[in-house]
This record gives sequence, structure tokens and C-alpha cells, in this order.
Amino acid sequence: MADKVQFELVSPEKLLLSEAVDMVVVPGSEGNFGVLPGHALFISTVRPGVIDVYDGNEIGERIFVAGGFAEVTPERCTVLADEAMPLSSLDGAAIEADLRALEGAVANLRDRVARLAGAERDEAAHELRATEARIEVETAKLSALRQVTAH
Amino acid sequence: MPSLKDLRTRIRSVKSTQKITSAMKMVAASRLRRAQEAAEAARPYAERMNRMLSSLAGRMAGQPGAHPLLAGTGKDDVHFLLVLTSDRGLAGGFNASILRDARRRIRELLRQGKTVKILTVGRKGRDILRRDNARHIIESRTDVGRRGVRFAEAREIAERVLALYEAGEFDVCTVIYNRFKSAMTQVVTALQLVPFAPEAAAAPDVAGAVYEFEPDEEEILKKLLPNNIAVQLFTALLENGASEQGARMTAMDNATRNAGEMIDRLTVNYNRTRQAVITKELIEIISGAEAL
Repeated sequence: MADKVQFELVSPEKLLLSEAVDMVVVPGSEGNFGVLPGHALFISTVRPGVIDVYDGNEIGERIFVAGGFAEVTPERCTVLADEAMPLSSLDGAAIEADLRALEGAVANLRDRVARLAGAERDEAAHELRATEARIEVETAKLSALRQVTAH
Repeated sequence: MPSLKDLRTRIRSVKSTQKITSAMKMVAASRLRRAQEAAEAARPYAERMNRMLSSLAGRMAGQPGAHPLLAGTGKDDVHFLLVLTSDRGLAGGFNASILRDARRRIRELLRQGKTVKILTVGRKGRDILRRDNARHIIESRTDVGRRGVRFAEAREIAERVLALYEAGEFDVCTVIYNRFKSAMTQVVTALQLVPFAPEAAAAPDVAGAVYEFEPDEEEILKKLLPNNIAVQLFTALLENGASEQGARMTAMDNATRNAGEMIDRLTVNYNRTRQAVITKELIEIISGAEAL
């Protein structure tokens, strides 16, 4: 099928999705990009956001990814996702609660980074970075959800 | 000669041992299947990551200012070994073969005047290496992959490795694990994680192709290389998990068979002794009657 592009979504643990689709829109780190059959060879990083899988002119599936990499060839679009889930399975209230908890943790960690020294400080700084990354992902989830409900 | 009662006790005890080993074999077999499935499911990601990385690394390797994970530190003095073992024993030669190889490497490196640092994964590796290489062990992990290996666990270890590398704690990092070939054979494998060594056979089909990159190559590599370490570790942990169950299954199968043979021998012995006792009693009765 020349007018379809093979879309593959892979997480480190398993192959999540592999199907022939009409178009996918991937949230690249420098802006969304759409992939149609015959796309030029292309590699990009992916920011936390939503992948839209098009079936004809309609959006068939919307999948949230927490970042990763995308490789595009004329026949194929492979997204290596750190974490992926259907947008419909996200729960806004739960995410907001998580986000509040994480922000509390960040304040606490910042304080520890400022106070401690040596190995303990490094550890706290490391944790702080991890928590901030988590917040970015959760925020992206939330904004993805808002976008959907706004439609 | 052991008495009839002794023999009966022996037979009973071997039989209960056999029950245990055969149950362990069954458990290992089902866990092996699960571990194999997990290893297979993780393969597509690792493959694609490797393909991307090879096509990138090939272009970047020779250039000055390449990423330190790719170019290395330019030295070869401090070696960091990740030794992956299991938490539990009774898995045949599984841990012994990894540790034998690890020890050989350690000796070799020390002889060359290098510094060796070790991170052990699994209780067995920690306990055994602590005996003679305690001063080289800088960290130990246990209970990794207890309920199936998760990527988060691999990432956690990878982040530790990266932090140590950034702090200039080592020059070369190698992971030693058992690669799963079949339930009967596992091959001890040493895989170099840092600096990244592209697989020679990788991706001949894209070697000539020119990719476009967004953002630029360097930015992508900066993200891809650390991620790759986590993925490689994850693969190694999965392979190791499958190997452990395979080795245990084979070992327990042998043990069950040996127990069976022992039971047969003991039973023969028991029957002979029983008959001898009967004969002896008869002779006693008959000769007693004749004497009257």
C-alpha cells in the first residue's frame, strides 16, 4: 500500500502499536510535524505531547507520549516513546493532584539543595531534576487534555 | 549394613527432596517463558535505538568535540564493571560463570595497573565478590527485577552510571551478564557501555542514507546516548533474567533425575535387605525346630 505509512509506537518494554495509517502528527521538540507516505529521511527528538493518528481526514487515535525519539523513512514512522498512553485514559483531576504533590516536593528539594553539601546535596539535586522532569510531563498531559476539551 | 528403618527414612527424605526440586523446575519453566517474552517484547525498541544511534554515531565519531559518551575521556585508567547476578542461588552454574569471568577481568585489569570499580546487581554477586574484592565494590543493588525487570530499574542504574561518569569517576564502563541462548546454554558476555562502541554489523541499509535531524545531530546524540545506556542495561537485565531461569530449570531438572536414580538404588537395596532379613528369620525358626 503506497498511500499508507507504517506507524510504529515502541516503548522500552514492548511494541505498543504497529499499523498502516494515512498520516501521523508527532510533537517534535521543535514543533509538531506531520508524516505522510514518502516523507524524507528524518530523525527528531519528541517532547511530551500528543501524537495524532489520522484515518483518512479524521483523527483516529490520540496518544499521549512523555517524550522520546522519532525516526521517519519514506515507508515508516517509528516513535520510540519513554512512556505512552491513550489520551482517553488520562484523568485530569488525578493529574492536577499529582502536580500539586510534585510542586510541594520541588519546593522541599530546592530547600534541601540550598542547605546541604557534598554527596547529600548531589543526591537532592538529582532528585530535584527528576521531579522537575516529572512536572513537565504532567503539565504536558494537562495541557493536552485541556486542548481536547476545548474542541 | 544400614537397617531397614534407616533405608526407609533415606528413601522418604530423597523423595521429598525430589518433590521440591521438581516443583522448582516447574516454577523456573513458567518464569522462563515470561522472561523470554519480556526479552522479546523489548527487542524492537533496542533494535531501532541502535539503528538510529549507529547512523548518527558513524557520522559524528571522527569529529572533534564529539559527545564524551561517544569519544570517551581519552584515558583508559579507571574501569567500571557492572556485574549482573541473581538474588537467589540454586541456579546451576549461572552465578559462578559470571563471577569467574568477572574475577578474571578484575585480575587482568589490576595486573595492567588499572583501577577497578565494581557495581554489583544481585545478592549473589555482592556476597561472593565481597570476599576477595571488597575494596573495589562501590555500590550494590539487590531485588532488581524481582517481579520482572522494569525499565525504570534499568534507568535508575543508568543514571547512576552517568552521574559517576560526569564526576570523572571512571573512563570505561563494561557490563558483564549472561546472554540467553537456550535453557541449556547461557553465554557470559561483556558489553562495553562507555564509551559507546557501535556494533559493526549494524544497519548496512541506512549507512549511505542521509537523514535530516531536528534539532541538530549533537542535540539528538546528547539525548540518545544516555538513553541508550539505559536501554542496553535493560536488555542485559532481561537477558540475565531469562538466563537465570533457564539455568535454574536445567539444574533442577538434573537434580530431579538424580533424585529419581537414587530412589531406585535405595529401593533395590531396601528390598534386598528385607528379603535377607526374612530368610534369616526363617532359618532361625527352622533350625530352632530341628534342634527339638
